[in-house]
Amino acid sequence: MVSLAAIVLIFLFVFREAAPIFVHKEKPVRPDVVEEEETYGEEFLGEGAQRLSEESAGKPSVESSGSEGEASLSNLLSTTWQPVATEPKYGLWPLIVGTLKVTVIAIVIAAPLAILAALFTSSFAPRWSREYIKPAIELLAGFPSVVIGFFALVTLATAMQNVFGYQYRLNVLLGGIAMSLAVIPIVYTVSEDAITAVPRFITEASLALGATKWQTALFVTLPAATPGVFAAILLGFGRAFGETMIVLMATGNAALISWSILEPVRTMSATIGAEMAEVVFGDTHYHVLFFIGAILFIFTFTLNAVAEVFIRQRLLKRFKGA
Amino acid sequence: MKLKRRLMGSWVVGTSAVATLTIIVVMLVMTASIVWGARDTISWEFLTAAPREGMTEGGIFPAIVGTVLLVLLMSIAGVPAGAITAIYLSEYASQKSVIARSIRFAVNTLAGVPSIVFGLFGLGFFVQFVGGGMDDIFSGGGELRWAQPNILWASLTMALLTLPVVIVSVEEAIKTVPQDLRAGSLALGATKWQTIWKVVLPNSMNGIFTGAILAVSRGAGEVAPILFTGAAYFLPHLPNTISDQFMHLGYHVYIMSTQSTNVDATKGIQYATTLVLLGLTVTLNLSAIILRSRMRGRQIQ
Repeated sequence: MVSLAAIVLIFLFVFREAAPIFVHKEKPVRPDVVEEEETYGEEFLGEGAQRLSEESAGKPSVESSGSEGEASLSNLLSTTWQPVATEPKYGLWPLIVGTLKVTVIAIVIAAPLAILAALFTSSFAPRWSREYIKPAIELLAGFPSVVIGFFALVTLATAMQNVFGYQYRLNVLLGGIAMSLAVIPIVYTVSEDAITAVPRFITEASLALGATKWQTALFVTLPAATPGVFAAILLGFGRAFGETMIVLMATGNAALISWSILEPVRTMSATIGAEMAEVVFGDTHYHVLFFIGAILFIFTFTLNAVAEVFIRQRLLKRFKGA
Repeated sequence: MKLKRRLMGSWVVGTSAVATLTIIVVMLVMTASIVWGARDTISWEFLTAAPREGMTEGGIFPAIVGTVLLVLLMSIAGVPAGAITAIYLSEYASQKSVIARSIRFAVNTLAGVPSIVFGLFGLGFFVQFVGGGMDDIFSGGGELRWAQPNILWASLTMALLTLPVVIVSVEEAIKTVPQDLRAGSLALGATKWQTIWKVVLPNSMNGIFTGAILAVSRGAGEVAPILFTGAAYFLPHLPNTISDQFMHLGYHVYIMSTQSTNVDATKGIQYATTLVLLGLTVTLNLSAIILRSRMRGRQIQ
């Protein structure tokens, strides 16, 4: 019961604080509408965020309206994030691009490693070593993100700069690699579960037909577990999207738009983490930060819901032979 | 053909083995580099002394105390609530009822919410709404006592964050209690509540502990939720009341390595603090893993 109340409250209050920036918009919304029904708030803001990303995808360089201190829609869609300038600009575009860059790099590194490792543990590894590999990777999940961030910031950053010799010590690539360390355990655990959940009769049938162990694993077990593996990647994506401390420490925190992976970048979560402490309560900046939080929330929420559907329904249906 | 197949086979097994090895090696390298960096600084004095000379010398005692207080308060608030929810879900609610399903859905959602959003929530709800309300009631809105970040709000935020962890592991533990035991108790005339209290709960103590340990480890390691709900950069004294701010190991690492004026001079302290934090969470996680595997062992017997 408590958790139900908690989730409703989280909906309410994050959105409540984010809502005022919409009051200035072309379609005024009273904040108390959001307060009354959680679903209202969710749907409304969900649409808002979606519309926002659609529009920003359509025309990435809307000029800042220059309205002073107000977070109008065009200001939110502008390409500059300068919240403390005399004429504050709350363009979310650089933050969204930054978040996506780090997340994609993290997934590109983490997913193959984690899925191969999951395949290894469930199909090839000798029994005794399985008892150690699984807990070891679960232990990695217990590493506090601030520890991973610290490792990236202090040790990995210097080592990588020495090897690659690029200009900025803290950059997207570093953040992505560090982030992949946080994502690997999730992708690993979920896909390992999915692979183990493939019924024995399927693999045994394949083996009985004369397929070797690796052929069974690669062509029978893994395809059967695809929905679960896909869900694992989605969950990892969600984790990387919302992770704060690692990107806060390892990406350099410069709100630039570029597609280079060797430049510093600032993500949405890091923006909240870095700026919330210095912001004036009730300020537009404050509400914009809450709005970013709401976007994060909606995005991870959607990802988790989709992953859930994949795990629960597709997998079950497939194994029941329906 | 046969050779090709064999080559392909060893390639598949080889790559996946290498991937597994890579993950574990990276993990070990990370741990080793932290231990190596901390080797000169870590000492008994480092653990029991307060920071000196503008945090460039001395120890991290206040941060340790702060972390411990945080997880204690968090457990007091979070573990009973989580355990009750788990009991309700597994013993009372029918699995298809709307309430049970929506609670399950809420728990899953809660587990996926980014930790920074919990921080925002803590600020918006606990600090400003509840805290502001308490200030209005107790001091007529004049004095700012509750409507500011403090250890109470931080631990309540953290309790929410760790709620799913507790619920999931307690539920798992309750499921391992055999139905026969329940049936036996009920057959002897015990009521449902007596059965739960005297039979189910004692038998799932392991799981409740596992949940609590995992929650504590998570709570000790997360920094994002307490960034603006109560952690402080430096405090001259230990927190006296629950409306004080506190120092925290993870926050200490973050601040020292990114915001402090003299980052290089405090390298040793940073490494050592990270090592303490890592040691704490790894120990907790290990014991949770061991407890859990024992629990699973019992289930099989």
